Amino acid sequence: MTDLSSNDLLEIQRRMLRIRRFDERASKMVKRGHIPGTVHTSIGQEAQVVGSTFALADGDYMSGNHRSHGHPIGKGSPLGPLMAELVGKATGVCKGKGGSLHLADFSVGSLGESGIVGSSIPIATGAALSSKVLDNGKVALAFFGDGAANQGVLYESMNLAGSWKLPMIFLCENNQYALSTPAHTVTSGVIADRGAGFGMPGIRVENGQDVLAVYAAVKTAADRARAGDGPSLVEVVTYRYNEHSEGLRLATDYRNAEERADWLSRDPIVLFRNHLIETGVSAELLDQMEADVLAEVDAAVAFSDASPYPELSVAFDDLYTDKEISA
Amino acid sequence: MTVMSYLGAIGAAQREAMDADERVIIIGEDVEANVYGTTGGGKSRSSEGDFTQRYGKNRIRNTPISEEGIVGAAAGAAMTGLRPIVDLSYSSFLYMAMDQFVNQVAKNRYMFGGQASMPVVFRSAMFYGLNTGAHHSDRPYPMFMNVPGLKIIAPSSPSDAKGLLRSAIDSDDPVLSFEACLLWGTKEEVSDEPFWVPLGVARTVREGTDVTLVAISGSVPEAILAAADLEAEGISVEIIDPRTLVPLDRNAILRSVAKTGRLVVAEPAHRTCGAAAEISALVAEEAFDSLLAPIVRVTAPDMQIPFSPSLEKQMYPTRETIGAALRLVTGATGVARAALKLAN
Ligand SMILES: Cc1ncc(C[n+]2csc(CCOP(=O)(O)OP(=O)(O)O)c2C)c(N)n1
Ligand SMILES: [Mg+2]
Repeated sequence: MTDLSSNDLLEIQRRMLRIRRFDERASKMVKRGHIPGTVHTSIGQEAQVVGSTFALADGDYMSGNHRSHGHPIGKGSPLGPLMAELVGKATGVCKGKGGSLHLADFSVGSLGESGIVGSSIPIATGAALSSKVLDNGKVALAFFGDGAANQGVLYESMNLAGSWKLPMIFLCENNQYALSTPAHTVTSGVIADRGAGFGMPGIRVENGQDVLAVYAAVKTAADRARAGDGPSLVEVVTYRYNEHSEGLRLATDYRNAEERADWLSRDPIVLFRNHLIETGVSAELLDQMEADVLAEVDAAVAFSDASPYPELSVAFDDLYTDKEISA
Repeated sequence: MTVMSYLGAIGAAQREAMDADERVIIIGEDVEANVYGTTGGGKSRSSEGDFTQRYGKNRIRNTPISEEGIVGAAAGAAMTGLRPIVDLSYSSFLYMAMDQFVNQVAKNRYMFGGQASMPVVFRSAMFYGLNTGAHHSDRPYPMFMNVPGLKIIAPSSPSDAKGLLRSAIDSDDPVLSFEACLLWGTKEEVSDEPFWVPLGVARTVREGTDVTLVAISGSVPEAILAAADLEAEGISVEIIDPRTLVPLDRNAILRSVAKTGRLVVAEPAHRTCGAAAEISALVAEEAFDSLLAPIVRVTAPDMQIPFSPSLEKQMYPTRETIGAALRLVTGATGVARAALKLAN
């Protein structure tokens, strides 16, 4: 990977670790009742997330879905306000009004996650339209799952982005299941192949646990977008290690043990750690990084714990930009 | 001042806004060729004032027939620096984009704790009363009044169409504009200078003392005719056009009812959960003590719209049905009661 410095490579590992530790902690907090509602973790999919976000530039935009924490973390959002949002605190990145499903951090180009499957895809298309009309060189990326790949709005968006040559990346996180439904049972053909129908490249990253492979594919798409050559579809094949959402217990095991063991044996964070060590990074340095990230997550939880709940009146703010109009 | 049609006034507002701010763009089906008459200065592409020539294809964009994708993309563009005007042509097509309107356009600013602003206008025309049948005749603004986060305008005159649209485009919140086709050809003197009709301020169309008649969109011209009929019978009608349905100018309505003691509400939407229902509830809750007679609504019935001209005519408030309601609340007559029963 010629364009990545050794610092970049370390930062990639750090961001994957942040997602892992953050989500592990969030999972525990849901089970203990410290986080209300539920969360969807990206554990197991860190390479797919960080390979994508790291290929974007700082000012670039992205929209996401219910599997929502990894996207802003991968884009560099600080952990404290994200954790406080999950708990519903006043210092949350959305003032406690979004929660896990609707994280957004505009300061890093995160235009919002979405609880409605597929619904945020055209938001990224619109951000790409802004970039094009204003000619500001920004790229927009939409994250969506294999389940969302069967929503009609994706194809309206791909057609629009393709015909207007918008600087956009459609990033399908194919973790092979939509809740309990195996993708291959409800998906006709290969998702990446659908790019061809819209005259755009459709790239399938078969080994989505290899962060550099994901990075390379998304970087190619981002370069193409920035050069004015239009959108791309990138499908990344990956696997979620946890249940669809934390605390969910289904009577049927829709994934078999063999399959799970195979994917667990290719943990993206372990794989990349080994790669870094092979290229000369010391194990001590990586151990230190692990400790640092754990401390960051502890600090995020402490920040959330120390934060107050929002004033009740906050529920009535931010519907409109002008205050005098209310319900 | 120039004599402008309703449609011409919308075009004038769009042109002023496009001239004033480079971030304003127009997207929609067939806007380049000015099919719906609000993106051109004349009849042909070569006429002076054609929007595509004037502003270029970067800012005047024909879209595919993909309402959900277009509405969502406009929202995303509004969140990142543009101020799009989306021409959705027929109001019935808004349903195709319901998820985007309700879950993205209306909720994003709120859910994200105020990080997003959503300066986007969605224009659509209510083609009712023109024998287009059930698929094109909808007046769906009440459905959207039920979605907090959207602002809604329904101008009934050329001046209001121009001034309200300027305010809508300048608003940092999403505005849906519902334009009745029956009003397109209406003409009046409209200022050539830019002007803004503030959102949330009603217009008193005519003053009166015996009964308040709140009329919405295409019901306003019928209300004016009915009020003139009643005047001849010695009854003085005050007509209020809210112009903006969200935010609603509650004070203007309550003030008028406090003066007259009677209320009739006329609108072309369906009866159940309509704007008239909301306004009636407002007055019943806030001005009950002023009321000298029960409130009467004149609306479309809870029925789909038939195609045949002979059938469709009876579906919306008319001079006659509004007149009957006015007579009923100002001194009930058997004839008025029978006429109203027919209409509702
Ligand atoms: C429009 C809509 N339909 C259904 C759901 C319920 N639901 C939430 S997540 C999910 C599965 C989504 O699968 P996928 O897109 O593959 O994402 P993943 O969870 O695998 O990351 C479903 C069915 C929803 N939230 N929105
Ligand atoms: Mg999936």
